[in-house]
Amino acid sequence: MAGSQGGKGLLEGYRVLDLTDQVGWLAGKIMGDLGADVIKIERPGGDPGRNVGPFYQDIPDPEKSLTWWAYNNNKRGITLDITTVTGATLFKQLASKADFVFESFTPGFLAGLGLSYSDLSRENPALILTSVTPFGQTGPYSGYQASDLELMATSGVMALFGSPDRPPVRVSSPQSYMWAGMSAAMGALIANFHRALTGQGQHVDVSAQASILWAITPAQTHWDLLQKDLSRDGEFITGRSVTGAKMRAIYRCRDGFINFIVYGGAAGKATNKALVQWMNEDGMAPQFLLEKDWDNFNIATVSQEEIDQIEKPIEAFLKTKTKADFFREAIKRRMLGYPVSSAQDIISDPQLQVRGFWTEVQHPELGTSITYPGGFGKFSGAWCGVSRRAPLIGEDNMEVFKGELGLTSTEVIRLKQAGVI
Amino acid sequence: MDKQALDGLKVVEFAAYAAGPVTGKYLADFGATVIHLESGSRPDGFRLQYPPFAKNKPGVNRSGTFAVCNNNKYGITIDLKAPGGVELAKRVVAWADVVIENFTPGTMDRLGLGYKELSRVNNRLIMLSTCNQGQDGPHASHPGFGSQLTSLSGFTFLTGFPDGPLSLLFGPYIDFIGVGYGVIAVMAALDHRRRTGEGQYIDLAQYENGVQFLAQVVLDYNVNGRALSRMGNRCDFAAPHGVYPCQGEDRWCALSVFDDDEWLELQQIMGNPAWAADPGFGTLIGRKQHEGELDERLSQWTVQFAPEELMQTLQNGGIRAGILNRVRDVYTDPQYEHRRIWRGMEHPEMGVFHYQAPPFELESTPAVLDRPSPCLGEHNEYFFCQILQLEEEEYRKLVETRVIA
Repeated sequence: MAGSQGGKGLLEGYRVLDLTDQVGWLAGKIMGDLGADVIKIERPGGDPGRNVGPFYQDIPDPEKSLTWWAYNNNKRGITLDITTVTGATLFKQLASKADFVFESFTPGFLAGLGLSYSDLSRENPALILTSVTPFGQTGPYSGYQASDLELMATSGVMALFGSPDRPPVRVSSPQSYMWAGMSAAMGALIANFHRALTGQGQHVDVSAQASILWAITPAQTHWDLLQKDLSRDGEFITGRSVTGAKMRAIYRCRDGFINFIVYGGAAGKATNKALVQWMNEDGMAPQFLLEKDWDNFNIATVSQEEIDQIEKPIEAFLKTKTKADFFREAIKRRMLGYPVSSAQDIISDPQLQVRGFWTEVQHPELGTSITYPGGFGKFSGAWCGVSRRAPLIGEDNMEVFKGELGLTSTEVIRLKQAGVI
Repeated sequence: MDKQALDGLKVVEFAAYAAGPVTGKYLADFGATVIHLESGSRPDGFRLQYPPFAKNKPGVNRSGTFAVCNNNKYGITIDLKAPGGVELAKRVVAWADVVIENFTPGTMDRLGLGYKELSRVNNRLIMLSTCNQGQDGPHASHPGFGSQLTSLSGFTFLTGFPDGPLSLLFGPYIDFIGVGYGVIAVMAALDHRRRTGEGQYIDLAQYENGVQFLAQVVLDYNVNGRALSRMGNRCDFAAPHGVYPCQGEDRWCALSVFDDDEWLELQQIMGNPAWAADPGFGTLIGRKQHEGELDERLSQWTVQFAPEELMQTLQNGGIRAGILNRVRDVYTDPQYEHRRIWRGMEHPEMGVFHYQAPPFELESTPAVLDRPSPCLGEHNEYFFCQILQLEEEEYRKLVETRVIA
């Protein structure tokens, strides 16, 4: 059953080459979480993404970027300048024995080096090449550059984040790269299913812009069906009633915020009854709430006036509680709703602790271990998790170039002096 | 038609709302045969509880929210509480390669459809359970929706301006993270089964999936004791970095400048205004120190342009820029159009609805969206008689006894 993890990952035995920058890092990490052998290939001197903070103990150093660590663990690391003929040739040799390649260069860049999908598939027809870019390989935006901010904006999701009286806002930790990397792993593994049956690899084309778009489902359908353009509403949830009524979702409490929403459906009705009961125990439930016929309460047709009336005493009540009070009672009374957690709250959540989610990862060169988020899932017959920290720059050069490509130590040293690795 | 990547793969969903069904939708888009199994008396909650409904009139076959999650599937109904209901469900499971379920933990066991039981029926079965908190642990059985789990897992805390309110991320943001990891887990388990013959039970907690997307925030707390909080649209190492007003009501364009060369380029595009030449803005350190003023000055320039025009001008000059698409704009965005993200299909009760294609394309075996979301129980006869190959008479009897209902 779940939790009893075997020793090997589901993708044990597969070889992955990872040429991506920040937009695609997560894809290779996911493959590594599942047991594949992932080799991160950086330019000599290291991936520029190593300069993105925050840093270990706030020491800005390419070997101490927490962002780099977070998404490049479970990978081995080599350096290789694929823009040189020697580097491109060595890369081709690696790719001829690999099962997957992930890359995130500007469309056309690899082709210019003689490393396009058709170049690589000629040597290795089973290869799955997955390209992760802001907008995809072709189309009017394909040549455009974008960071997380522009991707959040062009995807359409940002139109729904923020308050109406302020500009739209992104999440303060980049999200589009995560969505894109996850999409890339999805696409590569679906292509892998086809390859297993046919022996044929293929090129997978991922758009970061389109990857994030799913995150606001079902807002888009309001436009498609009713030409109703939902927009950002800050602390409120919209689109849940045909009357256009919006419900408060973020309530102030004594030490922060609580996400509570007056819902309908079976779980919503049970929640509303349980909350009123709790309010009543504190003498804070007004008569009309005690008498409310929750069984016939329909959230999909509720009016703004009715919602406002219900929410007012709830606001006053939740102000008297702490995040921990609410979380404890929500669990006990089986009410929908959660505290608005910070990183600190997440770390101390007993659920994640008891599930064994957190994983100690050794950083021997720092003489310490660090607690990481663990595997993304539990498998009855396989391991999923974090088994090694992100590589140091060129850490596995000798192992890979000698062991995998059969170069001699002298040749590896020669490549280093020539700046190829 | 060319073969699709997942031709021959058989999937049944005991699933409702977003996370389970959208996982199945991806598999269906790439050619798997996917059965959306519901109860006629208690259908998928998206059918009735979540607007929008076609013409704003609620009805089980009129929900856009249900539709967008369920194209290319077969819809069947079994009353699992009726005598014989569970037995029939097990015959569907015996047919399938993959079961997807997203009930509150314990529900499938109580129905007699837990993994132990189902693996007896089908020892090569891959079963995905995806829920809020995971199958075990002190909070496992707590019911919850993604719109709220998104707050528990840290996203809401990081969204908003430091001097303003927090913002919800509209809806069940985290459900769709669970979807991605669900597809990945199922595909990896299928590959493992091919190589070893072994089935698999997969326990995904969407909470744990979501935290993957904030891993560096968690590391920052663990290592440096710092719990990151919302910083609007600012970025530590870029300025300007924000969304700026454009011509029109509530129209915006995002832009960002990561180095001094880009800043010089932006000045040139603006026509080298005197304010921008102020040495205070000349370095990254200066721009960060005077970021409020910089944003204000820049806004006075951007507001003269339509967002589409500004995006193009800046991109042509090598500056990262992106129109802030409103929700309505996603249907006409030229890049989405190029990628054929929207596939209009006629639905029997809703008229033409635009279904959403995957954000990645498999170039030799592309996604095919060619069947609208099923009406409740629409494919009962087709599935049970043609695919599961029950005798006509047995099927009739199951309908009469309201097992198929």
